[in-house]
Amino acid sequence: MKNLNSAGNGNRKLFFALRIFCTVALGVSLLCLLAVVAYVLINGVTKISGDLLFGDYSVSPSILPAIIGTLQLVGISILIAVPIGVASAIFLVEYTNNKGRLMRVIQVATETLAGIPSIVYGLFGYLIFVVAFGWGYSMLGGGITLAIMILPTIVRSTQESLVAVQGGLREGAYALGASKVRTIFKIVLPSAAGGIVTAIILAIGRVVSESAVLILTIGMVVKDIPASLMSPGTSLALDIYYFASHGYPDEAAATAVVLLVFVICLNLLAGALGKIIKKSTGETK
Amino acid sequence: MNPFQGKMNISVKDCNLYYGDFHALKNINIEIPEKKVTAFIGPSGCGKSTFLKTLNRMNDLVEDCRIEGEYKIGDVDIYAKDTDINMLRKNVGMVFQKPNPFPMSIYDNIAFAPRTFGITKKSELDEIVELSLRRASIWDEVKDRLKKSALGMSGGQQQRLCIARSLAADPQILLMDEPTSALDPISTGKIEELMDELKKDLTIVIVTHNMQQAARIADKTAFFLLGELVEYDDTDVIFTSPKDEKTERYITGRFG
Repeated sequence: MKNLNSAGNGNRKLFFALRIFCTVALGVSLLCLLAVVAYVLINGVTKISGDLLFGDYSVSPSILPAIIGTLQLVGISILIAVPIGVASAIFLVEYTNNKGRLMRVIQVATETLAGIPSIVYGLFGYLIFVVAFGWGYSMLGGGITLAIMILPTIVRSTQESLVAVQGGLREGAYALGASKVRTIFKIVLPSAAGGIVTAIILAIGRVVSESAVLILTIGMVVKDIPASLMSPGTSLALDIYYFASHGYPDEAAATAVVLLVFVICLNLLAGALGKIIKKSTGETK
Repeated sequence: MNPFQGKMNISVKDCNLYYGDFHALKNINIEIPEKKVTAFIGPSGCGKSTFLKTLNRMNDLVEDCRIEGEYKIGDVDIYAKDTDINMLRKNVGMVFQKPNPFPMSIYDNIAFAPRTFGITKKSELDEIVELSLRRASIWDEVKDRLKKSALGMSGGQQQRLCIARSLAADPQILLMDEPTSALDPISTGKIEELMDELKKDLTIVIVTHNMQQAARIADKTAFFLLGELVEYDDTDVIFTSPKDEKTERYITGRFG
């Protein structure tokens, strides 16, 4: 009979090689990440100045219009995408039982939409809002386009959070005479809130980092603070592109730092909020 | 208005239930008396849990589930078109196999059902919460941490919390679907004592895999096999002189 122990030993060299490979791979990944962050910080931190952050563009290059523009875009896109996305997910999970033909069609549609390159969304936004609606370049058009772009992600992650809520909780609520609506709002949504909030914050991260969509929809007007939502404008990510391609490498590097810090803060916030919500709904022991 | 107030006996005639093409319950006829413990026993897949769930219409949540027959609680037809299902479930509470406390505080868990039915005054809720926890004999263990999460409790405590949560709806009937199968013997003992206490005020129907448990706690016992109700009688009759050979073979452990 074959000795099982020696069979295991025969593979030991392979396991060892595999382990070395994985360790090296991890090292390379970490190194790349650190290199990017370090490079951006080293080049950019010293270039940040009060004038750049809050100055008047007519005096010297400033990213104040971009900061305001970015906040506007986040506001518009989240206000539109979150209610629609969360409501769609509730419908899919709680009312169609997460299966059936409609469900599969929507599943494929959202996955496909999530995989479309953002420039395609940009082109769509351009043709609809800039050209067909005749709005020209506008923060509103850009914000709506971004909302459409992040919608599939919000639907998918909310769906996953809802599905992850134990079926026993729903049954428990129904068995106490709670209606479907009460069960959804008092039991299911609070249990899924951590996941939903994380999804929203990650979506904000995508909005903040997006540039392709905005080139085609808000027009990259870097010098003026948008007078209204119908005005053209800029965002932090667009400013990096603008500065780098118009002979302001220092300003580009400094803007990159601001954007990087913003995204890191968002991710930390996502983690912290998720934890707080879990605690308040008693999910941790 | 609550049409179920004070109605604690269940009468089922010619119940047939289908999951799609599968005939899961066949011609079930049973009269469940008030203020007694009635146990459903039988091997896995015999339909006892399915039948239990039809008593508070939890089977409505299952797709492709079709049911025929006459179901009455007191004189109220629970499958009538105008039955208020939420009111039915308020009056026919249910405790599940796996404890399912909501991810919220102990207090909020118990207050869930009263709040569902419109009680919002704090003094009133406080009273219901204390009374329900006392009835489930868990008050002394949790009275100092009512605002703490229910998920921090042990499994046995969680199950008694779930019983208290059902009692807070002031049900007339309590359905229990293998309530102790996930619990240790000490917690099981506590829940069995509790059932003995509770049957003074309400009707209890329990599904159990554990025949000793049925023998210990049940006044009446029903033996299910392959979707049929084989025999239903006083518990001591079922366990000492069953009329049906199949019942005898099951309780003596020769099949199932």
